[in-house]
Amino acid sequence: MNDFVGTGTLVRLALRRDRILIPVWIVVFVITAAGSAQASIDLYPDVQSRIEAARTSNASPALVSLYGRIFDETSLGELSLFKLTAFGAVLVGLLAAMLVVRHTRTEEEAGRLELLSAGVVGRYAALAAALIVSSGTVVLIGLLSALALIGVGLPASGSLAFGLLWASAGLSFAGVGALTAQLTEGARTANGFTGIVLGVSYVLRAIGDSSADGKSEWVSWLSPIGWSQQIRAYAGDRFVVVLVPLAFMAVLVAASMALIRRRDVGAGLVRPRPGPATAAPSLRSPLALAWRLHRGSLYGWGFAFLLLGLLVGNIASNVDGFVTSDSAREMVEKLGGVNGITDAFLATEMGMVGLLASAFGIQAALRLRSEETALRAEPLLATGVSRAQWVGSHVLVALFGTAVLILVAGLGSGISSGASLGNMGHQVPRMLAAAAVQLPAIWLVTGLVVVLFGFAPKLVTGAWVLFGIFLLIGQFGSIFDLPQSVMNLSPYGHTPRLPGGDFSVAPVIWLTAIAAGLTGAGFAGFRRRDVG
Amino acid sequence: MTSAIVVSGLHKSYGSTHALDGLDLDVATGEVHGFLGPNGAGKSTTIRVLLGLLRGDEGDVSLLGGDPWHDAAKLHRRLAYVPGDVNLWPNLTGGEVIDLLGRLRGGLDSKKRDDLLRRFDLDPTKKGRTYSKGNRQKVALVAALASDVELLILDEPTSGLDPLMEEVFRQCIEEERQHDRTVLLSSHILSEVEALCDRISIIRRGKVVETGTLSDLRHLTRTSIQAELAGTVNGLAQLPGVHDLDVEGNRVRCEVDTAQLDAVMRQLSASGIKSLVAQPPTLEELFLRHYEDDVAAEPEAALR
Repeated sequence: MNDFVGTGTLVRLALRRDRILIPVWIVVFVITAAGSAQASIDLYPDVQSRIEAARTSNASPALVSLYGRIFDETSLGELSLFKLTAFGAVLVGLLAAMLVVRHTRTEEEAGRLELLSAGVVGRYAALAAALIVSSGTVVLIGLLSALALIGVGLPASGSLAFGLLWASAGLSFAGVGALTAQLTEGARTANGFTGIVLGVSYVLRAIGDSSADGKSEWVSWLSPIGWSQQIRAYAGDRFVVVLVPLAFMAVLVAASMALIRRRDVGAGLVRPRPGPATAAPSLRSPLALAWRLHRGSLYGWGFAFLLLGLLVGNIASNVDGFVTSDSAREMVEKLGGVNGITDAFLATEMGMVGLLASAFGIQAALRLRSEETALRAEPLLATGVSRAQWVGSHVLVALFGTAVLILVAGLGSGISSGASLGNMGHQVPRMLAAAAVQLPAIWLVTGLVVVLFGFAPKLVTGAWVLFGIFLLIGQFGSIFDLPQSVMNLSPYGHTPRLPGGDFSVAPVIWLTAIAAGLTGAGFAGFRRRDVG
Repeated sequence: MTSAIVVSGLHKSYGSTHALDGLDLDVATGEVHGFLGPNGAGKSTTIRVLLGLLRGDEGDVSLLGGDPWHDAAKLHRRLAYVPGDVNLWPNLTGGEVIDLLGRLRGGLDSKKRDDLLRRFDLDPTKKGRTYSKGNRQKVALVAALASDVELLILDEPTSGLDPLMEEVFRQCIEEERQHDRTVLLSSHILSEVEALCDRISIIRRGKVVETGTLSDLRHLTRTSIQAELAGTVNGLAQLPGVHDLDVEGNRVRCEVDTAQLDAVMRQLSASGIKSLVAQPPTLEELFLRHYEDDVAAEPEAALR
């Protein structure tokens, strides 16, 4: 038991540090669940309308791969919340894993854990405390969401199953965070690994859920997000499925503890190897340095985006298999035939890929602030590098990186959809164009980071909040029946829907102009303010 | 003689705290100038203003004849800076950082670089995150010393270095002096400043309270005298400039204002000196004299 000494103190320390972060996240999740349910209840008053909506959704490969299947077409609860099932599970999982890494590897990397370890603190105390805080947070999110859903008027058992579904995703990824935190010396890399696991989990369940004839449905069972969906809240409430994520978490935590036993404080599993004694001749400008700092993560993201593109294109070419019922076929005809629905699917997916690419842009631009607070900007700015050059180096990599990502995804989807539809020469340029039109909105969001960095550096992570709001407006704005003026706030809503939709050049131009204005203002702001 | 750095009446505040409160500083070209003060006195803030990283609220600052805020990048090619807190990029090796910083300043003497790596006993193939504090400091020092620049700005450069390496650092600064480079050395290590610096500025609560050569400054303070006399002492207590007089039979101890030394010696020799020890004031005493008020205000920090 000695190895756990001090856990209680560390839990209190973590709660003290996160006393704002955790409650805010809990409230956001609970309100989103309850609000979304409330809005849908009013939308579908009778069984007939629900069945219709559920069938339409199940017939759309875009929706199924994005959100998952609706298992019980008559269920009000499931229809109300199916958009938040996989999606919410990803977000809860992300929160849980980041909390664990934040209170283990981040502390260790900064050397603060060493300070604590010299006191009466057991070997596993930090990990145990992080897991307690993280699990506690997701369980609370699940419980309060369930209560709120019951309060809104949904069945109690289903609501509890839904809360459990979210919490179980959080528990799975708390385990993932525990393990990735042991692998490398850097917290950033640990979070990167977690992101990859999350992405793969989401994609695996998308493949399984959208398998046209149910043949590869088992693939969903390879994914922690899939397990959460298989609890089937409001459609059978299979509580027993929670044993799978619990076992998964237990295995990962045991593995993490085994790794902690074997490694030194501060060290990772991967020992750093010596590098070159002199710099390559090309490492002679701030841009070269910025590229060096971002390139590893860009390669990783690029590979993921290529896979994502190939996958999206592949699903799109199977659209026909989805259209099984007569009513669905009728709807497809209305939408302009199979070609029309394929295009609609691809356009929706491209929008999603654009959102994901924005996350890279935000993260890359935020590097400016983390370099500044880590005192790594100062020695550079004390050389012949001007402030504009230094800011420009990271901004350029962010803009270039997002362009590469979205185009790689466009290329992948063009190749795979073109290959199976037999018109690659036609499909590849169309998809590249569909990808390219996402860029102005992506760059505008990157510009928001730069402008905050220039004028309000302490608030710069607020860019994620803005991004989250845009995302919510895009995903749930129509459910909440938000007024058009609010919907217009999201830059993503103005992107032309390609392929298949009408292309108008005006929004592309003014989105680009706003992006350029924000970025330029950020440069000017940084030139005028103190560094540090 | 020209000045590499001229600061006059510099003010800088962060919210309600006054970091700099009318600071004056003059560093002559070619000298090694000690910038002495305890933590929080405003040394790093001054240096950041000199580097154009912070903008002063009031006052004039001239660095190598230019304005550090407006001509930052241009002036920075002529100087090298070693921060007190060196953070390196975790995935770059020390060697890469040295080369990068040197190139961004506009050139690195590769022979000198190799020589410094050897003298500081630094392995340039290790990644940034694996260096200890002292080794990170060495990376920044090698990068600065191997650059061909006119001015070195060093902010507590030896923090984290072991005594052996401190000695190497002193030799390096000695060599820089012989090459007529200007050095601004901020430090709270008195022996280091005493050994290296031509002139010293003592900073206290955002203001320079004393500037001059060590002997100038010594002149302002007291020499401590211990003497054994043939006869009894007389009249010593009446002399001006004698403090803390302690007489035990024929033994005498006292502190004497350096300006009054001559009169005191005459008085002593009148009684017949059998043995005499005279100690010039250490920098430490100089320093403490200026900080006595602060020390008195904080009982926990009492030194005696």
